[in-house]
Amino acid sequence: MDKQYDVIIVGAGPTGMTAAIYTGRARLKTLLIERMTPGGQIATTSTVENYPGFTQGIEGPDLSEAMETQTKRFGAEMLSSEVHGVSLDGLDRVVHTDDGDVTARALIVTSGAEHARLGVPGELEYMGKGVSNCAVCDAAFFVDSPVAVVGGGDAALDEGLFLTRYASKVTLIHRRDQLRAGKILQERAFAEPKMEFQWDTVVERINGNGVVSSLSLKNAKTGAPSSLEVEGVFIYIGLTPNSNFLQGLLPMDNAGHILVNAWMETAVPGIFAAGDIRQQAARQVVSAAGDGATAALAVRRYLQELRAKAGE
Amino acid sequence: MGKPVEVSEITFDDQVLKSGQPVLVDFWAPWCAPCRRLAPIVEELAQEYEGRVTFTKLNTDESPNVAARYGIMSIPTIMVFKNGHPVKQVVGLRPKKDLKQQLDEALVV
Repeated sequence: MDKQYDVIIVGAGPTGMTAAIYTGRARLKTLLIERMTPGGQIATTSTVENYPGFTQGIEGPDLSEAMETQTKRFGAEMLSSEVHGVSLDGLDRVVHTDDGDVTARALIVTSGAEHARLGVPGELEYMGKGVSNCAVCDAAFFVDSPVAVVGGGDAALDEGLFLTRYASKVTLIHRRDQLRAGKILQERAFAEPKMEFQWDTVVERINGNGVVSSLSLKNAKTGAPSSLEVEGVFIYIGLTPNSNFLQGLLPMDNAGHILVNAWMETAVPGIFAAGDIRQQAARQVVSAAGDGATAALAVRRYLQELRAKAGE
Repeated sequence: MGKPVEVSEITFDDQVLKSGQPVLVDFWAPWCAPCRRLAPIVEELAQEYEGRVTFTKLNTDESPNVAARYGIMSIPTIMVFKNGHPVKQVVGLRPKKDLKQQLDEALVV
């Protein structure tokens, strides 16, 4: 690994990999840093049906592997490491990783988001013992068992529908009285005999004895308590941006999304943010890829301007 | 050559529980996407810990009884065994650094 690059990209989800394809093709010396393995959220998604070009949909892991292959083809270097901070040194943007510092004139932050937690008793205790964020991984351990899904967005319905292939019953618990998910998913969910819905309901506690056995629930409107026997609970209540390592450097909203303009420029020149990490992202694979392309083109322009100034 | 060895219900006791050196078991299944993403990390670790830890993988579809015996309800799960006893369990896709830390902890226990 060299120490000096034209552009460093932090996070190898669809946004970061698309950006790296573009900067690679622009012959910019590119380093793509990822703490796990490339793919981001799609690596653990079942079927992606709304990414254009795949008429029958494509499995999330297959799509992420294809993106990885394409990224490497255009010369981006990959580093498996965790980033714990970024600092400025004149025009250089210095990225502090577990494997030492690396420097570039431009930085694209595409560190994405991860599943938000409920923050209720039992959630961490029973993680892997009935509590899960990945229906695709764990559904097969709940054959003929009752399970619950918490949330009302696309992910909750998508994974809930996936669970109906295995579980005896899937109860969707949502704190409102209507779903946020896309209509086609709602139609499928309402038509699925194994799916049941508990509206205006919040989870107060996950109970068990070694493994999950029930949920303590509360009606959000009336406050009335109830209980639901389940062996598994799958939590899809939204996403938390992975932006802690940039606190104090870049302006963010209260939730931790980085503020950018239409060219994905942050308040700091030479630092760009794209995909789920930025404020007002559409949070789709296709928009993530689009963000990555936009940021890469903005980087190219930024570096050209820097060179032009240096040449004056 | 530092590559994880496939174990099954039949070979588990001999290759894992009766092993003279610590054994890491990667519980996985072919349909599990994060397991596929974890596999290359485990393979790298297998090379780094060669001679000190035996690396194995167990397909939970083919050997459900072993998975049930250890209460596996989520994969990927990594377990470390010493002298026939589980000394560490790590659930889910984790960064390599985390796994190394957990493995090092398990080795000194």
